Amino acid sequence: MRVGALALQGDFREHLAIIEGLGHIGVEVRTPEELDDVDALIIPGGESTTIGRLATIYGLIEPVRRRIEEGMPVLGTCAGMIFLATSTTGPDQPQLGVLDAVVERNAFGRQVDSFEMALDVTGLDGPIHAVFIRAPWIDKVGGSVEVLATVADPETGRDRPVVVRQDNIVATSFHPELTSDGRLHELFLGDD
Amino acid sequence: MEPTAEHGTDRVKRGLAQQLKGGVIMDVVSADQAKIAEEAGAVAVMALERVPADIRAHGGVARMADPAKVEQIIAMVSIPVMAKARIGHTVEAQVLQSLGVDYIDESEVLTPVADTHIDKRAFTVPFVNGAKDLGEALRRIGEGAAMIRTKGEPGTGNVVEAVKHMRVMTAQIRSLTTLDADELMNAAKELRAPYHLVAEVAETGVLPVVNFAAGGIATPSDAALMMHLGCDGVFVGSGIFKSGDPDVRARAIVEATTFYQDPEKIAKVSKNLGEAMVGINIDTMPAEERMQDRGD
Repeated sequence: MRVGALALQGDFREHLAIIEGLGHIGVEVRTPEELDDVDALIIPGGESTTIGRLATIYGLIEPVRRRIEEGMPVLGTCAGMIFLATSTTGPDQPQLGVLDAVVERNAFGRQVDSFEMALDVTGLDGPIHAVFIRAPWIDKVGGSVEVLATVADPETGRDRPVVVRQDNIVATSFHPELTSDGRLHELFLGDD
Repeated sequence: MEPTAEHGTDRVKRGLAQQLKGGVIMDVVSADQAKIAEEAGAVAVMALERVPADIRAHGGVARMADPAKVEQIIAMVSIPVMAKARIGHTVEAQVLQSLGVDYIDESEVLTPVADTHIDKRAFTVPFVNGAKDLGEALRRIGEGAAMIRTKGEPGTGNVVEAVKHMRVMTAQIRSLTTLDADELMNAAKELRAPYHLVAEVAETGVLPVVNFAAGGIATPSDAALMMHLGCDGVFVGSGIFKSGDPDVRARAIVEATTFYQDPEKIAKVSKNLGEAMVGINIDTMPAEERMQDRGD
């Protein structure tokens, strides 16, 4: 399988290293033409405002949205989750709007509040080591969105969705690319 | 059992720098400038009292920014906010951490207070440090730095020193990977760097943390050149807000950093940018004005 990573900004190389480790071909995607050439797409961690702005300038928003709506498997991590969602709780920014969810950016706080922990995810055998960096959580989900993992909000104790799936879309608040665990990548690609 | 969350680990500190890769971090001296930087696509802003070119012109002791200003900048933008502390000034760093900044730059642009650097492992907030070569980078990482940048020669608009530092670093890393195990202790001695980090770089062939370009970057082509040399991203200090049209130049530098392998796109964004900042020739600069020699 040819698996692309949106390579406008962020840690796309770490994602592609995991993809290659799973025996797939990893491809950097910066243009609509490069998008045409992949079977699946990863939207990496980075800064969502930067990625959104560059995607707008270089005409990637519509082509990426169309491919996802046609069923291309897509994984969004952190900034990628924000980019996939319909809206955020903050000011408007460019988003694909394909994941029926409202995301709260930097919900867990600033960098001093960033953390790592073992996390149980539905569909994975055994916990995954999850690294949360100025991470978002999902504030609201639509009916077609399945919540695969939650983390308790440190202030209220309320469980906040941090891994969700909607058909061909998987999104995580944390960074599976910062560890060598490829199970979430296998999950979104439908590998067994 | 409730799983425990760990804060301030190496992975968490280095992880934020990973997210900034391929991006541009811009020096700002006000909340208004921070907003311009964010809207231009900066991945983070660096809060300081004056940009390096003005520190040069102003002279005297350069210190961390006014905490009120840092707070205004934090309130203005959603992207990470970095701020500079003086080399060795542990308390400035503690103050910046308490304000909630996301990264501290222990920076030679400000006036150092000591020959020794801050013990960065004692902090939850991550640090970035400048380096002219591999030994200096590994000494800072040994002290707990979670990100490295070239020192360059700040506030000059002249990228020659940043190019030199990156080339030296790359050549030294390459040379380490060719050594036998019994040569590594001698290499550590010559680099004046911790043995375990020297051994790690010899094994992996890369720095254990992200390495950005900084010091003298003034044009989109300068930024793309540093990416071409293997940097993970770019800091732009005086180059944006000391230029004729900061907003347009900031956008152009962001795009050139992403598309550094595409000369046609770099040409396109480089058109009609207005006046670049005035450059300084480093060969004619008196030695005492060289910021890169501060801290080692």
